[in-house]
Amino acid sequence: MFYHALRIDDQLCIGCSRCMKNCPTEAIRISSGTASIQEHRCIDCGRCYEVCPAQAVTIDGDDFDAIHRYSHSVALLPAVFLGQFPDDISVSRVYAVLHELGFAHVMEVESAAMIYADAKNRYAREHADIKPLISSFCPAIVRLIQIKYPSLVENILPIKVPLDLSAMYIEAELQSRDIPREEIGLFYITPCAAKIAAVKAPVGEEKSVIDGVINMNLLYNRVYKKIKELGKNHQYRPLSRQRLSADAVLSTLTNGERRICQAKRSYAIDGIKNVMDFLDKLENDEVEGVEFLELRACDQSCAGALLSCENRFLCGERMYSRARKAAERERNGEMARDREMDRYRDYLIDHSLLGEVQPRSMLVLDEDIGRALEKMEKIEKMKCNLPQIDCGVCGAPTCEAFATDVVCDSADLHRCVFYRIHLESQGKMTLAEGASNMRSVWGADRISGELE
Amino acid sequence: MHQEYTVIEGDFVNAGAASSSVKKTLKQLNVNPQVVKRVVVALYEAEVNAIAHAYGGKVTVDIDAGKIRMVVADKGPGIPDIALAMQEGYSTARPEVRDMGFGAGMGLPNMQKNVDRLNVTSEVGVGTTVEMEVNF
Repeated sequence: MFYHALRIDDQLCIGCSRCMKNCPTEAIRISSGTASIQEHRCIDCGRCYEVCPAQAVTIDGDDFDAIHRYSHSVALLPAVFLGQFPDDISVSRVYAVLHELGFAHVMEVESAAMIYADAKNRYAREHADIKPLISSFCPAIVRLIQIKYPSLVENILPIKVPLDLSAMYIEAELQSRDIPREEIGLFYITPCAAKIAAVKAPVGEEKSVIDGVINMNLLYNRVYKKIKELGKNHQYRPLSRQRLSADAVLSTLTNGERRICQAKRSYAIDGIKNVMDFLDKLENDEVEGVEFLELRACDQSCAGALLSCENRFLCGERMYSRARKAAERERNGEMARDREMDRYRDYLIDHSLLGEVQPRSMLVLDEDIGRALEKMEKIEKMKCNLPQIDCGVCGAPTCEAFATDVVCDSADLHRCVFYRIHLESQGKMTLAEGASNMRSVWGADRISGELE
Repeated sequence: MHQEYTVIEGDFVNAGAASSSVKKTLKQLNVNPQVVKRVVVALYEAEVNAIAHAYGGKVTVDIDAGKIRMVVADKGPGIPDIALAMQEGYSTARPEVRDMGFGAGMGLPNMQKNVDRLNVTSEVGVGTTVEMEVNF
């Protein structure tokens, strides 16, 4: 139904339920001893990936060798990728190694950050009635709003993000050099699962301009290995590379968009729980006069992304250090604007608008309000009779989620251990039946009896 | 569907508890998001009024397939002149309440703007009852 980049590997999953308890949208259930994701509730934020002790949550990127299918493969690089490497590995060395690995071109996606900011500011001026405008930069946030805050969908800024704009630029630029489109392979080096979902199943677009996605941790390993192979004394081919402005380098970190937006009042919020708390308030009209919101699912934004191999604060500081150097160059007048991309500014801004973002509420119990009311009354009644301790033994994260599952026919009431003990004590269920129920949730091997 | 909530005098910390809960219910019922917004804004204003001006009160909510009916009944000083209270900018809020960002005199007018039917009855020295209905 909905594409997701996060998968749970049945073979690796140990059914520990950590993911279920940490999922912000209650999208995970346990059955037959393994976790599964309910597609309509998942926003690809990856909290499950972070807490899984068995590496059973996988992220669906493309195979690295896919880049060799194109004579002009392009690495679309997020600035956080360069923040992964220690100080003695310079940006230019990483660029050189990427060429050695087979990329014909390397393009930092934040090159388009300032054009993106211009497109957003223009949209904000033309739509002064929509307050606040919510950045669409973080795809997990866009999906969160679609499923949980449908009334705020119209506040999402329908502007293509720097990744798309930089891809559109390099596509147009290479084609202008008479390179046929089929020989151009645009590969995004993704720091997270949500960006994969955004490329494979874009919101507000038919199809993404990007041809493939390579997970950032995978590329990190390849680059690091190559650097070690080539050794300290290797003479790297000097390469022309773009120099990002300080604003562009910082744009993917928390406050990065906020500091260059022209809104009178704006907030930058990171961490999915913080974002949800704020959106709850916003939806009630309890926050007034806000013009712009920068919302990011990860703590410390993209520096804390799932596929980041480095500590989020170390990565963030490296990016700040790079930004400080860029700012110094800007002050000394050494840095000109990126003239190449500026030639495409009007083309990119004119093509920056996304189509309509649709709500797809996960909360709806039934399309028909009468039937939804009936279900809700049943859920309320059942909730009162459940223990309300959210133990999770039924395989659902909370008693309320379990009651909803039962009423919507996706779970059996006998999964509740309290209900079973009640039935057993009344002689209405045998202990063997109870144990069999337990196994249906937690797997056949969970009741071994060898505890003492 | 019937729901009840208690509102406690001066408890601004929990202002919006009833409207947040009603919001969740309406989302599950697939009510149009813009209608949900109107309901939540109106009920929030009424809740704040009962907290700020009265000595607490009770919120009762009834939902059927066609509409939501909300009654906020408080025990309080009452409103001597309802027509005056309905005017934008008119407020009798105490200075300390205004300092908290409430009491702009937009409460009742804002409710009026967001609901399909509004009925305010009040007895001085006894209390005020605000009845609101919004069609789905």
